[in-house]
Amino acid sequence: MTLASFGPINSSARQEQTHPLTWRLRADGEPVWLDEYRQKNGYAAARKALLEMAQADIVQQVKDSGLKGRGGAGFPTGVKWGLMPADDSITTRYLLCNADEMEPNTWKDRMLMEQLPHQLIEGMLISARALKTYRGYIFLRGEYVDAARNLNRAIDEAKAAGLLGKNILGTGFDFELFVHTGAGRYICGEETALINSLEGRRANPRAKPPFPAAAGVWGKPTCVNNVETLNNVPAIVLNGVDWYKSLARPGSEDMGTKLMGFSGKVKTPGIWEVPFGISARELFEDFAGGMRDGYTLKCWQPGGAGTGFLLPEHLEASMYAGGIGKVGTRMGTGLALAVDTSINMVSLLRNMEEFFARESCGWCTPCRDGLPWNVKILRALEKGQGEPGDIELLEHLVRSCGPGKTFCAHAPGAVEPLGSAIKYFRAEFEAGLA
Amino acid sequence: MSPTELIQTDRFVLSETERSAIEHEMHHYEDPRAASIEALKIVQKARGWVPDGAIPAIADILGIPGSDVEGVATFYSQIFRSPVGRHIIRVCDSMTCYIGGHETLLESVQNALGIGLGQTTADGRFTLLPVCCLGNCDKAPALMIDEDTFGNATPEGMAALLEQYP
Repeated sequence: MTLASFGPINSSARQEQTHPLTWRLRADGEPVWLDEYRQKNGYAAARKALLEMAQADIVQQVKDSGLKGRGGAGFPTGVKWGLMPADDSITTRYLLCNADEMEPNTWKDRMLMEQLPHQLIEGMLISARALKTYRGYIFLRGEYVDAARNLNRAIDEAKAAGLLGKNILGTGFDFELFVHTGAGRYICGEETALINSLEGRRANPRAKPPFPAAAGVWGKPTCVNNVETLNNVPAIVLNGVDWYKSLARPGSEDMGTKLMGFSGKVKTPGIWEVPFGISARELFEDFAGGMRDGYTLKCWQPGGAGTGFLLPEHLEASMYAGGIGKVGTRMGTGLALAVDTSINMVSLLRNMEEFFARESCGWCTPCRDGLPWNVKILRALEKGQGEPGDIELLEHLVRSCGPGKTFCAHAPGAVEPLGSAIKYFRAEFEAGLA
Repeated sequence: MSPTELIQTDRFVLSETERSAIEHEMHHYEDPRAASIEALKIVQKARGWVPDGAIPAIADILGIPGSDVEGVATFYSQIFRSPVGRHIIRVCDSMTCYIGGHETLLESVQNALGIGLGQTTADGRFTLLPVCCLGNCDKAPALMIDEDTFGNATPEGMAALLEQYP
């Protein structure tokens, strides 16, 4: 048993030109503080953005780069930025960093915040300049105590160096940044629930429209971006769109690199910065080393609890939104999970659905009532006490909790793995009928 | 904390330290309401939990209804509205930890302490809770005791680990 500081992530070679997110990591896994960050070309992008670029050009560059959100939904970042009002008389605007990383099997933002806190601050500083926001909040889950400590220390360093606060780099631009820590509940990661939580309310999602860009925190224009998304911004600004577009594998519709991972009973579970468009098989075999001796791959999930299960044959799929979409699910957070043949799918789904039911905020009926119903049926099936019609009832619930039936994506995310598990492993569910 | 100390007195007063910490937090936001979760955490840090009297006291400082503060206090899973043990054990129950042996681990902790999830040991030492993915998926199963996160946890290792939290 080990006290789990994140530690060194892996020993693969990392270069500035090919690994923009991770090349600054230290071999010992310790945080990179301001002096070292600057030695590694840190804040050069912020200098360029603030001193040499017009605000609209920064937005355009991010738009042209094709950067998409890295929190799981994959919405184009430039489009989201473009929704912020053009009217300069609206001076109160906010930039929120979604650091409420709680998606099961996702631990990439934690690594970035613990070890490269300044890279996030630099990404936020550039984004704030582009979006004309005078204040930013990093909404961090309460359990990430090391990340909170490191971010706060890095913010103090940046303030002392004139990189946050008033008149940054002598440009007259002001930007204040705060760490806001949460108090639990998975739903806080949902963009509009996060805004409610930041305002000191229950974390129920809000109806859209209006979108946060029109009316977000305290009714003001607000942009919410994920930690990894914001970590991409400095390198795009510094190295340009052509360079960024050259990073992904040919054929990938998503641009740049992505922190991807594999866990479960694989030989070397971990996170790696890889180009979009690599095959899942490369990730599974070359990076994670395949299954541990004595274990056989049964199925896998591409990116978090809310994505569907796929079979071993689907490892040929390319890891980008469209590539995973072709085999029937979503890429999600890109941190994959291997399920081995010793695992019973009914029991695994019971575990997952207990989580989703517990974490429903209770706002929408299909989610509040449907998810516990799933749990009840799965518990019965697990004990071999399922009743005739139970599997059809689960399938009905999968449809009734699907996209468009609720305010947010919690219920659709909860039933996506369930629907795929029934599709591929129906016999295991049937075995639970009394 | 002995059981008698947990009995609430009629008059609840925030300490000067708590009050000034809450007032300091308020200045980070446009609207004092935004400090409500942090205010509850400040009281909880000082007292281990949030007693009934703290709700109207916080509401008064923030200038919002007590029912709103209670609504927030009862929504968030890391705010405790009843007394808890000196140490909080949070066991990660993500599917990754499930595959890594979470249920055997949880069972060993429950047997060692004689309590179930959501319960506190009779001596007031430990409270056992489930928690969403702790972000230790390469070191599953994971758990957290107070502010320390542990990975690659084993049932055999739990007795020695718990000893470190008197």
